[in-house]
Amino acid sequence: MTIKVSMKVNGKPVSAELEERTLLVSFIRENLRLTGTHVGCDTAQCGACTVLMNGRAIKSCSIVAMQAEGADLMTIEGVAKPDGTLHPMQAAFKENHGLQCGFCTPGMVMNALDFAKSHPNPTEQEVRESLEGNLCRCTGYHNIVKSIIAGARAMGGKI
Amino acid sequence: MTAPLIGARIQRKEDYRFLTGTGQYTDDVALPHQSFAVFVRSPHAHAKIKSIKIDKARKSDGVLAVYTGEDLAAAKVGGLPCGWLITDVDGKPMKEPPYPPLAQGKVRHVGEKVAVVIAETLEQARDAAEQVKVEYEELPAVIDLKKASSGKPIHDIAPDNTCYVWALGDKAAIDAAFSKASHVTKLEFVNNRLVPNAIEPRAANAAYSRAEEGYTLYVANQNPHVERLLMTAFVLGLPESKVRVIAPDVGGGFGSKIYLYGEDVVVTWAAKQLNRPVKWTAERSESYVSDAHGRDHLTTAELALDKDGKFLAMRVRTTANIGAYLSTFASCVPTILYATLLAGQYTTPLIYCEVTAVFTNTTPVDAYRGAGRPEATYVVERLVETAAREMKIDPVEIRRRNFIRQFPYQTPVALCYDTGNYEATLDAALQLADVKGFAQRKADSARRGKLRGIGYACYIEACGIAPSNVAGSLGARAGLFEAGEIRVHPTGTVTVFTGSHAHGQGHETTFAQVVADRLGLPLEAVEIVHGDTSKILFGMGTYGSRSIAVGGTAIVKALDKVIAKGKKIAAHLLEASESDIEYDRGQFKVAGTDRKKMFGEVAFAAYVPHNYPLDKLEPGLNENAFYDPTNFTFPAGTYVCEVEVDKDTGNTQIASFCAVDDFGKIINPMIVEGQVHGGLAQGIGQALTEGCRYESSGQLVTGSFMDYCIPRSSDVPLFKVDTRETPCTHNPLGVKGCGEAGAIGAPAAVMNAITDALGVKDVPMPATAQTVWKSLREKSNARV
Repeated sequence: MTIKVSMKVNGKPVSAELEERTLLVSFIRENLRLTGTHVGCDTAQCGACTVLMNGRAIKSCSIVAMQAEGADLMTIEGVAKPDGTLHPMQAAFKENHGLQCGFCTPGMVMNALDFAKSHPNPTEQEVRESLEGNLCRCTGYHNIVKSIIAGARAMGGKI
Repeated sequence: MTAPLIGARIQRKEDYRFLTGTGQYTDDVALPHQSFAVFVRSPHAHAKIKSIKIDKARKSDGVLAVYTGEDLAAAKVGGLPCGWLITDVDGKPMKEPPYPPLAQGKVRHVGEKVAVVIAETLEQARDAAEQVKVEYEELPAVIDLKKASSGKPIHDIAPDNTCYVWALGDKAAIDAAFSKASHVTKLEFVNNRLVPNAIEPRAANAAYSRAEEGYTLYVANQNPHVERLLMTAFVLGLPESKVRVIAPDVGGGFGSKIYLYGEDVVVTWAAKQLNRPVKWTAERSESYVSDAHGRDHLTTAELALDKDGKFLAMRVRTTANIGAYLSTFASCVPTILYATLLAGQYTTPLIYCEVTAVFTNTTPVDAYRGAGRPEATYVVERLVETAAREMKIDPVEIRRRNFIRQFPYQTPVALCYDTGNYEATLDAALQLADVKGFAQRKADSARRGKLRGIGYACYIEACGIAPSNVAGSLGARAGLFEAGEIRVHPTGTVTVFTGSHAHGQGHETTFAQVVADRLGLPLEAVEIVHGDTSKILFGMGTYGSRSIAVGGTAIVKALDKVIAKGKKIAAHLLEASESDIEYDRGQFKVAGTDRKKMFGEVAFAAYVPHNYPLDKLEPGLNENAFYDPTNFTFPAGTYVCEVEVDKDTGNTQIASFCAVDDFGKIINPMIVEGQVHGGLAQGIGQALTEGCRYESSGQLVTGSFMDYCIPRSSDVPLFKVDTRETPCTHNPLGVKGCGEAGAIGAPAAVMNAITDALGVKDVPMPATAQTVWKSLREKSNARV
């Protein structure tokens, strides 16, 4: 069975005929070819697929695309300014060496954007708790934590 | 003129694409007419395949083909080779059973590939894979290392399931030394089996062109030329010139992406059969059963000491789990990369190590970050710390009494350390960790009802593998040099081609710093290219912390040739003698004068050779170099860990972790610190949270992120890291490598801290809350 889904992704309206079982992450990666959203596991643990849906960080591997019908989605490709300038959270990851292989990075940044809205000046402990659903194997989290603290301060509670 | 770039904290060139979602990992590559492969895997650890029924799958929607081991055998596709021959104690070669890309007649571990289904879409391939019916006759599984030799033979050529028994050292001399010792410390432990778990799962996407009669393989791999060599020469029988291997952005490796895997072979072979690109990407649950695992040693280790705590001799017996098949470099990890490190930082004069490598019905085991060296460090540093406690000598003091202080130092286990200063890293670590304040912190913890412990590890590692002839004499079937090429463009910008591969290490930045610094060019004038066999002249790839020491040196050698040729050109342009030309940060100068030509002017002259010595010199400015190291490099350092244990729950928190490393010269301290942090987290993971569990039937119980705990952010602290520097004496950059140190030194430091906190001799890894709680209970029961 196929079904038509429509939503807004990074500000642009998109729609497609999809098999009902199509995961949101598959729609984003395979149909829209927005391959910055990654798949690192099959148990909703790693968080590499995190996107913002109506402003909230969600794991796009854990819902089917039709659950996002009518939603406003932001993926990592939609975070920087149209002229290519990095968002303050992205810039903070770069300045603090908060990424190595880059595979978990989009999910880290998307999760951090949601977190920073309500935590303009977070503690180390709060940041670590916010990362409960995001796994990184390269950085030991040290510089990710520093990046998110710096990025959140730079954002001042606004995306 | 530019500021020095070597030693500068330069932000990474590669970050922009990763931060904006524009990196390109293998699964991101979508080729025209793409098809998708799904592997049917064995649910049994050990079984005969009685029949495979594929008709229903073949007729499923969208299915293009279903292949089994029989199809590959009929097409004369070979087995996966092992790259290192270990010779048994009795002079015989190790047992090398066939390792078919798809099982033939028998399966030997859960997750072994039995068939592949290729379809128009991934969903169709998944659906059809469920229609492949395999009838198995189960056999008893060999899982327990201690019982492997009496278990059902896994391979016909190894009836006792033994791959080899290998030894290093003079056993009689060591036994004699033990008999004279005033104290002997003995430990028995398991070095726990780990799953590397790069966050990007393995993936391969192969295409075939009938017009070119050639293949292109995109693959998540750490060494694309090695992948190509092994696949073409040993498995598919193809000319290398017809196969292009591209390892694009790779999302972490940690060893697990060094090897040639059956999936890579199958999609490449199938791409030609179908004349369609074939893509396979692992699901995480496939990664757990099909990526090569790491460690898994069962070890008895003894240290003999005199009355003053001087080490007299060390005797180590290890049974190493090889898994069901010999993975690409499996055989050298528990031998050449393990026993040779047992001297550690100490003058122990006599060392004997005997290793029995056994086959079991488990996923193959190979190199994982550190590869043999974490296991060796664990042996040495647990023994040393335990001996100090038993002899009531301060654990720092016992190390000082035994440190190597004269360099070069020939160890009794083959390696010759070129340089080091172990006191310097130890002293700096003691300071950084405020060891003097430990007693106070312990008392504070006690007031809160917590047990606090401190543990040390003074590790050494051998990196920058290796002189090819030495490796060859020890059984390596490959060279271990590296290649680099400097292509200077007409306007004086530079593209560097390196055989090293980056999968998180930041070579595009670090290597550019080296080149820009040496040439005196701005960083922006230098681009680094890696990971494509059609662009790079050759490469042995990235593992064993070798990239800067070996790959970086190859680049420097090529740079030297560029400058040498540039001097000839400049001499002509300046009408001076070549011997009078000096190169100084972007300028060719006539010594003692103000006459000069900029680097860009010389490059331009090389490509627009109107005023040029064409009778003596070829135009162009492009040089390459191969560099084969003359020795390993020997990074070393001291790690100090403090833990706090909850007596009621056994929960252990890392209260602080301090690392002081000597990596020789450092190109980019920011990147080096990041490498240390990541290594430490993996080492802490081994100590506290990670470990494979197999049921006796051979099912992997810890087969997902929900059952196998790689450290989460709350499992690790903010690290305190620092460095001391003794430059490597045998490469021009003075560099040693930094990629693995954290994972090598951390487990022993953590476990020394936990045993200190608990006041027990040993606690098995991983020291989960349950394990620590049990250890506390056993101790209190023993007291009653």
